[in-house]
Amino acid sequence: MTLTQHDIDQEIAAEHAAYAKRIAGGAPVEHHPRRDYAPYRSSVLRHPKQPPVAIDVTKDPELVELASPAFGARDITGVDNDLTRQHNGEPIGERITVSGRLLDRDGRPIRGQLIEIWQANSAGRYAHQREQHDAPLDPNFSGAGRTLTDDGGCYTFTTIQPGPYPWRQHVNAWRPAHIHFSFFGTAFTQRLVTQMYFPGDPLFPYDPIIQSVTDDAARQRLVATYDHSLSVPEFSMGYHWDIVLDGPNATWIEEGR
Amino acid sequence: MTKIDTSDPEAVLPTPSHTVGPFYGHALPFPGGGDIAPIGHPDTIVLQGYVLDGEGNPLPDAFVELWGADPDGRVPQVDGSMRRDPASGGFLGRNGVEFTGWGRIQTDADGHWSARTLRPGARGRSAPYISVCVFARGLLVHLFTRIYLPGDEAALAADPLLAQLDQDRRDTLIATDEGNGTYRNGTYRFDIRLQGEGETVFLEFQ
Ligand SMILES: [Fe+3]
Repeated sequence: MTLTQHDIDQEIAAEHAAYAKRIAGGAPVEHHPRRDYAPYRSSVLRHPKQPPVAIDVTKDPELVELASPAFGARDITGVDNDLTRQHNGEPIGERITVSGRLLDRDGRPIRGQLIEIWQANSAGRYAHQREQHDAPLDPNFSGAGRTLTDDGGCYTFTTIQPGPYPWRQHVNAWRPAHIHFSFFGTAFTQRLVTQMYFPGDPLFPYDPIIQSVTDDAARQRLVATYDHSLSVPEFSMGYHWDIVLDGPNATWIEEGR
Repeated sequence: MTKIDTSDPEAVLPTPSHTVGPFYGHALPFPGGGDIAPIGHPDTIVLQGYVLDGEGNPLPDAFVELWGADPDGRVPQVDGSMRRDPASGGFLGRNGVEFTGWGRIQTDADGHWSARTLRPGARGRSAPYISVCVFARGLLVHLFTRIYLPGDEAALAADPLLAQLDQDRRDTLIATDEGNGTYRNGTYRFDIRLQGEGETVFLEFQ
């Protein structure tokens, strides 16, 4: 049977209702998606059925997961955070500047850590061989970038506004425009991969991936804020997006001290 | 909604996780991502395996990140895993001398991954292990697990995580020794089963 948007809409609504019921029953706020969110069909055979085994990091400060891999100037080149300058010509589309801070759960900036991004071009096409969407490729846009956070935990990317794209999970399935982000914190336990969205996208209610974050406030934290002060005159539109990494961390004490 | 007011602890709430999707290929994998061991290092081991779904089918679009201590149990604080060429902007890979402890390996079309790294030393009360983080299309939140190496039964028996698991589940965290292979310290097999029979133990850090 053909899977329609209406089918998915009903499943999304049922998941929201189930979450509201859990909250009403005193369950904690869910900041992250559940791994077994069926409206996103790819999750069905790929989520563990056993509950994760908890590790209390306060009982063992020596866990290697409480430290993070290190990245530095050697891992980055000058144009890596400017996706509009990685080819000989200018990519097509609206230029945007995306900037914000990388923070831990205590609101402290995470300095000198790696942020990686990838995205579709302005037509909604990834430069990836498995991509089935036949929108035009842009020879001047690969859609991948990376940067290190500065001493204030801040990052900036210059790129092109990505287009929304169809993805064939169900008839007329469209992803809202987004940029994929990957983060490292001060501990491996804080590792995060997520997606940043743009304010006011009409596709939000239809997309099972953003709706997998069933908590309304948590979902809003994936949406950047338009920030006119970040817009570069005669060049780009500005968006602000702060990230808070979850997961326990420890103040790293240099080995051998 | 996404300018976080850090003066208000109630406002500092986690950014939700999302799947990596299928199209991270130009951004995340890099040449030599699994060549974590310095060239010719005597403590080199090979780790390899498959990532499998709930029907036992391999995932051709997953990647794993490995993170481990050096043979003396020290945590590396060396950068340069993905060194870049300042002229071309391309990847140079590791310099073959320093040990960064971290690697990232995409599964191939058969759902297989492999890496060369150093045999980790013990830290704290744990038996030696390598920490693993698994990402894939369909995984809305990444999965943490650990690769323990067989051999030192006393250390494995004393490990606080392994000690709390049933035998069947415990075995999913201990790699299988596949003999000496290319490296005298051995080659180990570690399959990651996301769901179903023999499901790998995944971890939650609190
Ligand atoms: Fe995408």
